[in-house]
Amino acid sequence: MILYWLILILFLGGCLAGISDRWHPKLPGWISLAAIVLDLVLVLGIWLNSEPSLSLTGAQDTSWILDYSAPWIDRFGIRFHLALDGLSLLLVALTLFLGIMGVSCSWTEIREKVGFFHFNLLWTLAGVVGVFLALDLFLFFFFWEMMIIPMFLLIAIWGHENKVYASIKFFLFTQVTSLLMLASILGLVYGAYQVTGQLTFDYGDLLGTTLDPDLAFWLMLGFFVAFVTKLPGVPFHTWLPDAHTQAPTAGSVILAGILLKTGAYGLIRFVVPLFPDAALSFAPVAMGLGVISIIYGAHLACGQTDMKRLIAYTSISHMGFILLGIFAWNELALQGAVMTMLAHGISSAALFMIAGALQERLHTRDMRRMGGLWAEVPRLSVVALFFSVAALGMPGLGNFIGEFLVLLGAYQASVPMTALAALGLIAAPIYSLILVQKTFHEESREQHTVWDFGRREMTTMGFMIVAMVWMGVYPQTFLDLSAPVIDNLDQIFGFRN
Amino acid sequence: MTPHEFLWLVPTFPFVGFLLLVLTSGQLPKKAVETIGVGSVFLSAVVTALIGFEFLGSSDSAMATGAYRQTLWTWMEVGSFKSGFSLYLDHLSLTMLFVITGVGFLIHLYSAGFMEEDPGYSRFFSYMNLFVSAMLILVLGDNLVLLFLGWEGVGLCSYLLIGFWYRNADYGYAARKAFVVTRVGDTAMALGLFLLFMHLGTLEIQPLMQHATAQWAVGSTLPTIAAALLLGGAVGKSAQLPLQVWLPDAMAGPTPISALIHAATMVTAGVYLIARTHVLFELAPTVHFAVAVIGALTLLISGFTALTQTDIKRILAYSTISQIGYMFLGLGVGAWTSAVFHLMTHAFFKALLFLGAGGVIYCFHHEHNIFKMGGLRKNLPVTFASFVIGGAALAALPFTSGHYSKDEILLAAFLHGEYGPWFWAAGVLGAFITVLYTFRLIFIAFCGPAVHEATENFDNRMRVPLLILCVLALFGGMLQVPLDPVFDGAHGHPDMSGFEWVTAVTTAVPLVGLLVAYLFFLRGTFNPATIVATAPGRFLQRFWFSGWGMDALYIFLFVKPLNWLAEINKGDIVDGVYNGVAGLCRIGHQGMVWTQTGRIRWYAAGMILGSVALIGLGVAR
Repeated sequence: MILYWLILILFLGGCLAGISDRWHPKLPGWISLAAIVLDLVLVLGIWLNSEPSLSLTGAQDTSWILDYSAPWIDRFGIRFHLALDGLSLLLVALTLFLGIMGVSCSWTEIREKVGFFHFNLLWTLAGVVGVFLALDLFLFFFFWEMMIIPMFLLIAIWGHENKVYASIKFFLFTQVTSLLMLASILGLVYGAYQVTGQLTFDYGDLLGTTLDPDLAFWLMLGFFVAFVTKLPGVPFHTWLPDAHTQAPTAGSVILAGILLKTGAYGLIRFVVPLFPDAALSFAPVAMGLGVISIIYGAHLACGQTDMKRLIAYTSISHMGFILLGIFAWNELALQGAVMTMLAHGISSAALFMIAGALQERLHTRDMRRMGGLWAEVPRLSVVALFFSVAALGMPGLGNFIGEFLVLLGAYQASVPMTALAALGLIAAPIYSLILVQKTFHEESREQHTVWDFGRREMTTMGFMIVAMVWMGVYPQTFLDLSAPVIDNLDQIFGFRN
Repeated sequence: MTPHEFLWLVPTFPFVGFLLLVLTSGQLPKKAVETIGVGSVFLSAVVTALIGFEFLGSSDSAMATGAYRQTLWTWMEVGSFKSGFSLYLDHLSLTMLFVITGVGFLIHLYSAGFMEEDPGYSRFFSYMNLFVSAMLILVLGDNLVLLFLGWEGVGLCSYLLIGFWYRNADYGYAARKAFVVTRVGDTAMALGLFLLFMHLGTLEIQPLMQHATAQWAVGSTLPTIAAALLLGGAVGKSAQLPLQVWLPDAMAGPTPISALIHAATMVTAGVYLIARTHVLFELAPTVHFAVAVIGALTLLISGFTALTQTDIKRILAYSTISQIGYMFLGLGVGAWTSAVFHLMTHAFFKALLFLGAGGVIYCFHHEHNIFKMGGLRKNLPVTFASFVIGGAALAALPFTSGHYSKDEILLAAFLHGEYGPWFWAAGVLGAFITVLYTFRLIFIAFCGPAVHEATENFDNRMRVPLLILCVLALFGGMLQVPLDPVFDGAHGHPDMSGFEWVTAVTTAVPLVGLLVAYLFFLRGTFNPATIVATAPGRFLQRFWFSGWGMDALYIFLFVKPLNWLAEINKGDIVDGVYNGVAGLCRIGHQGMVWTQTGRIRWYAAGMILGSVALIGLGVAR
């Protein structure tokens, strides 16, 4: 029941925030904040009392913490089925945490249609939470579409100079590829129907369906393309830099921090468990795409002068580690992928907030027009240095744990792939330090009025810094939560070594 | 409660110092910054001294022969992989602790005076403290992952401090170069870690070494690859061939940084790593031999380069590379103890030389070119004494600390198998060059007629560290920590019976070198300019001055092509495909628009043509 509320609070909060700006322009912000904080409190409550013991999908599997299921469209065997395990708990918590950051960084940036902005923000979050909780494929698809539209509006309405192009590109990429996923879902359900004679969209029932290997491969590919586009992996990545560059700060925060992770989540939750054999035979290609994403994303990042574009390309590079880790398909690599999801969520969100803060002050994202900011905005600069260093994989901070575990695990699956992926470790300081030097060091290249982070911004950043250090120094908090889920995957599908 | 239980405090003090300085973000008065920055390292040094006293003093305790392990918390545990925040103290890490906290404290104290006028005073000490903390974790880490944390941490601080004067774009470039070049080595090292874990199932150093001995035969493939990858990391951090190019440029940082990071501590991390995993290198004779070859080549190449430099700090930088080459040579011939011994004495005399150089630069309005100096002897007495003593130790003149440690390495090299005499010869030639470039620097900068008026306006914060380091550079050779428990069967002074002439030559060469340097650079009996004037002389001078063209080579091979690629593919060629699709749609759209004319006769004609075509098709069937 509580799962149901997690989503509903965000939906209702969004509606309320949407109409509240007629009373006071600051009200939507406060309502959004209240709704997300309430949700986060509920999630943390679940976290503290969590004891994975539920069994949903067969006798072996007891990694679920909460389960809620109600009939929805009975005729087609569609149920309103939500469930939560350690993995979804971590991602929902990340979603809500970054949701708060998103509200905070829009506090002064958004001045027009404030109510509608927060409506879209909360509905995106609700969609994402739904994606992380849904265990009925139809419901999953429903939420998957649900989160795209308000995100599209966030870019199209509150975006920057080229917002129409960027938002339509974003929409087309995700829409076309989710069509492939819909086809795959229907194909899978029909395939299962032919075997069992029972029409169902339920994840638990569909697991372990024996399909014709060729059919399974194509169905798997449909899911794979949809999720890898969202991740994004090369060659489906080109929507991301445009969407990020044009989105308002909160849009970038949610896009980079959370939306990309729905792709990774889908790969772990659906692609491999539903089509284990097809995924295994496809693994070399998928890992190869991961490695290409790592190197190609880094290569593109090195050539950028637009700060947000640079960060966007680094996201592609870091997401490559996740793709590599998932298809290496062993415990170390999967745990690494989960840690990378969390850590990259925080670090990229923070970097986008910094880029957004600079754009708010300087009205440019062009690093060739910045420089020398270290002396002018010391607090902002230190925070930027911190997150750049985190992004380049400094041990003691979250990203290192994720990437290290991914590579440690991937090495056991494929030595050459790991060796190539490790080139990403060399590239990371190149682009991260270019960003630091061009923006904050050297002499300032233009006259401008610029003000430092204030109390609200430093508090926001403080939370993110603490989260980053926590992940880097005591990742066990997070690893323990996802461990039962990953153990379980091992027991059911067997890791390869 | 005994001192060793407080081992965790050693890295913690400087880390707390770093946190305090960062959180106050430059708002504290200078006095408070100084107290925190210098005091934290002082406390570390005190705790280290107490622990060392207990560790070495008590012959009956378990520690005197063994080691002490302190687990703080589990860092990460995934399946069978486990890595803790665990500290490991044995004689090797204790030696490193002494060097890091002892020399580190002296350099911090010196910096308090040296950096007094700098607006980034607080930032400087926060980075310095973070560096000391990371370096201590590097040498105390019980497992290779924690060691890697320290390893990357010191690299980060090195980057931050090379680029400390951030307004200068060239300094920033030098800083990034240092980080990226060492990261190349670090990546190799990370791969080595993955390999070791996959095949031996742990990354805790002591069990790892036991498993390696138990499971791997000497000379088999896996230990060879593993050792080679770790060597990659060591070569990057310790600025050895072929990754030495970053260190000379690292001199862009404030001079105390060069003393602490780029001479005394961080750059010797590679030596520490190899010594720490020496068991693995013994299992991989090919790689072990390569260590010696790298050492010998590096010490010669950078020695010749130092001979041609004019910038006082660059001369010292190349001499650092060269001296670490000696350490690698020592490691390569299995003289583990001697290599670590040379690491320690080098920390003393090179820190002294750099701080002395800092003194010259401080009193001489940031002049780096030794040919614009001259006659500094009278005006800068303490600095001059530092240079003479430090230079003598660097040149391994008899009775200095450097003499003892370098001799041990060279004699061990001579006795090392078939190629031993060659290694020895390279080392002796290197020693000859070392004397030449050291006393070239001293004679040109300090002797002869005074060019400018300079006064030695040091306060005690700068003078006292110099004097203490003078004493250490002279007598530090007596401070050797016994390392036998770490390196089984480690030999002390090698037995040279039958080869007395080798010992004699090894000792005499520096003295001959001193004479030659005197004749060339002080008395002027021979003029180096006449050698440089000849065609081969000019070529060699240019070639050596550029560091044997390595920078140009890397720029040609890597930097230029990669920059070019990044520049031409800025817009992402893949996006072109999608834009192409979009363009096709647009063309199709235009085409459709063109047919929609609104004229009935066109539509009718179209329908008729279509019908005719269809009927035609049907008839053709």
